[in-house]
Amino acid sequence: MTRAESRSPSARRSDGEPHRPSRLLLALKDAGLAALVALGLFAPVVGLRTDVAPSGGLFLRTRWEDVAILCGIVFALRLTLVLWTGRRGLRPSTAPGPWTLRLQQAGRLFAPALLAVALALPFIPGVGRYELDLGILVLTYVMLGWGLNIVVGLAGLLDLGYVAFYAVGAYSYALLALNFGLSFWICLPLAGILAAFWGILLGFPVLRLRGDYLAIVTLAFGEMIRIVLLNWVSLTGGPNGLSGIPRPSFFGLSFSMSGDPDTFAGYFGLEPSPLHRLIFLYYLIFALALLTNWVTLRLRRQPLGRAWEAMREDEIACRALGINITTTKLSAFALGAMFGGFAGAFFATRQAFISPESFTFIESAIILAIVVLGGLGSQIGVAIAALVMIGGFELFRELEEWRMLVFGGAMVLIMVLRPRGLVGTRTPSVALRQKRLIGANLIGEGKG
Amino acid sequence: MAYALQQLINGISLGMIYGLIAVGYTMVYGIIGMINFAHGDVFMIGAFVALIAVLLLQLGGAMDGPAAILLVLLASMAVTALYGWTLERLAYRPLRGSFRLAPLISAIGMSIVLQNYVQISQGARVKPLEPLVRGGVEVMRDGPFVVQFSYVQMLIIGVTLAVLAVFTLLVTRTPLGRAMRACEQDLKMAALLGIDTNRTISLTFVIGASLAAVAGTMYLLRYGVIDFYIGFLAGVKAFTAAVLGGIGSLPGAVLGGLLIGLIETFWSAYFSVQYKDVAAFSILALTLIFLPTGLLGRQEVEKV
Repeated sequence: MTRAESRSPSARRSDGEPHRPSRLLLALKDAGLAALVALGLFAPVVGLRTDVAPSGGLFLRTRWEDVAILCGIVFALRLTLVLWTGRRGLRPSTAPGPWTLRLQQAGRLFAPALLAVALALPFIPGVGRYELDLGILVLTYVMLGWGLNIVVGLAGLLDLGYVAFYAVGAYSYALLALNFGLSFWICLPLAGILAAFWGILLGFPVLRLRGDYLAIVTLAFGEMIRIVLLNWVSLTGGPNGLSGIPRPSFFGLSFSMSGDPDTFAGYFGLEPSPLHRLIFLYYLIFALALLTNWVTLRLRRQPLGRAWEAMREDEIACRALGINITTTKLSAFALGAMFGGFAGAFFATRQAFISPESFTFIESAIILAIVVLGGLGSQIGVAIAALVMIGGFELFRELEEWRMLVFGGAMVLIMVLRPRGLVGTRTPSVALRQKRLIGANLIGEGKG
Repeated sequence: MAYALQQLINGISLGMIYGLIAVGYTMVYGIIGMINFAHGDVFMIGAFVALIAVLLLQLGGAMDGPAAILLVLLASMAVTALYGWTLERLAYRPLRGSFRLAPLISAIGMSIVLQNYVQISQGARVKPLEPLVRGGVEVMRDGPFVVQFSYVQMLIIGVTLAVLAVFTLLVTRTPLGRAMRACEQDLKMAALLGIDTNRTISLTFVIGASLAAVAGTMYLLRYGVIDFYIGFLAGVKAFTAAVLGGIGSLPGAVLGGLLIGLIETFWSAYFSVQYKDVAAFSILALTLIFLPTGLLGRQEVEKV
C-alpha cells in the first residue's frame, strides 16, 4: 500500500519530501466510506419495517437506532480490519499454511481420539438426552458428508441435489414399513438400493454435463423429487408427510417402557429407560457412518476409486487411458446415493415422522458446504466440518432466527479465508515409496 | 382460443420478469464464469425495496400516477444496485481466480444470508400490497370469457422493453459496454489492454442487480404479494431461462425468459398448477442434455 502511494506525485510535498498520509487517517476514511455504504444498505431495509396492520393493510415502522448501531458496527469492523491487514483486506490462502500441516500431523492422533470420544459418548458422565440427540444429528451429517464426498470429493462431480437421495431413502423405508410391515433391518438395504437406483437414473442423463451445469441440473432434480413428494398425496401424504413410522428394534427386542421380557430392558434385566433407544440409535448411525468411511477408504485404493480420482484430475486423459467414464461416473453417483439412502432410512426411523419439508434445497447446500469446508476428499476434514457447522449451529440455538444468518455468513467467511477448506492437505491414495502430504491447491477439483 | 390468448398475454408478462433476472445471471456467468446463486435473492431485495418505497410514497400521499411508479422503480434500482455491488465486493471478489467451487459455496452462503437478513429485518409474514394499477383493456370476448390485457401487464411489457433497449445501447454503444464485452471474451487480455477489470466486474453486478430490481418492482406490481423466499424459485427459473437461451448470450436470456414464462403459464393452464415447477425444471434438464449451448449460445471449444 505504502509503496504505490509514496510514488504517486500528488503524495509529494513541494520540498520533495515524501508525504505519507497517516495510516490511521486512511483507515478512518476507508471505514467512513464503508459505514456510508452500510447506511445505504440498511436504511431502507432495516430502518423501515413493513408490518401488516390488524386491518389488513401495510404500514411502516421506523427503526433508525438499529441502522445507527449496524453502521457503527460496520465502521468499527472495517477500521480494525484496515488497521490490521492494510487496505488489501483479507486474502484467501489455498496453500497449506503452517497450522494446517500441524493439524494434519496432529490428525494422526486426532482422528483416533475423535473416534474414541464418539465411541464413548453415551457413557461419559453428564451426557443426557440432549447431548445424545445432538450427537446423532452430527453423525447423520457426517455420514451424509462422507457419502457426498464420494461424488464431489473423489469423482469431482458437483451435486447440488444430494438431498433427493436422502429423501428417497427416508420415503422408501417409511412406505415399505408402513405398507408392508417390513422391519428396519430389511428396509435399510432396500432403501440403499432404491436410492442407488435413483442415483443411476438421475445420473444417466447428466453424464455429458460438467461443472456448474451439472450442479444446476442436480439441483433441479432434487427440487423435482421434493415437488413430487409434496403433490403425490395418495402415496406420500403430501405436505402432511408420513407419521407413525416404526422404530427399529434391537434384534427383535423393542425399546418400550413396559419392562416385559420381550423388550430390550426386560430381556437384559435393566431398568427401562428412554435413553436406551437413543443410545441404540446413536450407535446405529455411528456404525453406518463408519461403514461409509470404511468403504470410501477401501475404494480409494481399488481400481474404481483410482478411476474416480483420475477422472477428477483430468477426464480427457482418463478416457484416453481407456477408463470407461460412463460406469465410473454412474458408480460414483450410485454409491454416493446409496449412503444418502441409508442415512435417509435412519432419519425416518429416528424421527418416526417425515415430510417434504425436511428435504429442501437448504439441506443439500448444508451437506455440500460441509464437504467443501472440510476440504474436498478429506475424510477427517468432513467430520470436523460437520461437527463445527452442525454443533456450532446448535450452540447458537438461543439466537433462533439469527442462526441461519450466522450460518450463511460463516459459509462465506470460511470460503473467503480458506477456499480449499479447513483441512487443506491430503495424503495421496497411492504412493511409490513415501506418502508425502499434498497441498490442496495442487489437487484437481474436477470439471464434471 | 380466447383462453389461449389470455394465457399468451399472462405468459409474456411473466416471461419478461424472468428475462430481466436471467440477464443478470448471464452477464455474470459470461464475465467471471460463476453462477451468482444469490441473484434470485437480489431480485427479492428489489421487490422489498419497491414495497417500502411504495409505502413511503403513500405515507406522503404522493402514490399516484406514472411518475410515482417511476420513482419507486428508480429507488428500488438504486438500493438494489448497492446490494449487488456489496455482494460482489464482500463475497466474490476475494475469491476471484481461486478454486472453482469456492465462489459457488460463497454465493449459496450469501443467498442464505440475504434471505435471513430480510426475514429478520422485515418479518417472515407475507406482505400483501393492494393493487396500485387497476383495470385493463378488453381485447376479445368469447361468450362469457373475456380476454383482458391489464394495465399492469402493459406496464411490465413496456418497462421491460424500455429497460432492455437502454441496456442494449449500454452494452453495444458505450465504452463500458465495450469493456464488458472484452472482459467476457478474455479477462486477462482485457486487463493487459488497460481495462480496469475490477471496475468492469463491479459495474456488471451493479447493472445486473438494477435489472433484477426492475423485475422485483414489476413482480410486486403484478402479484402484490411478496415474502423473503420468493427469490429462490424465481432465481432457479431465471437461471433455467439463461441456460435455455444459451448462457452468456444477452438476447438469449430474454428469449429464454419468455419461453420459460410461456411454458409455465400454459402448463398451469392446461395441465396442473402443482407441477408447473417440475415443467420448468424438466425444460432445464432437457435443454442441457440435448442442446447444451442453449438456443443462441456459442459452441464452446474445449482445448486439451
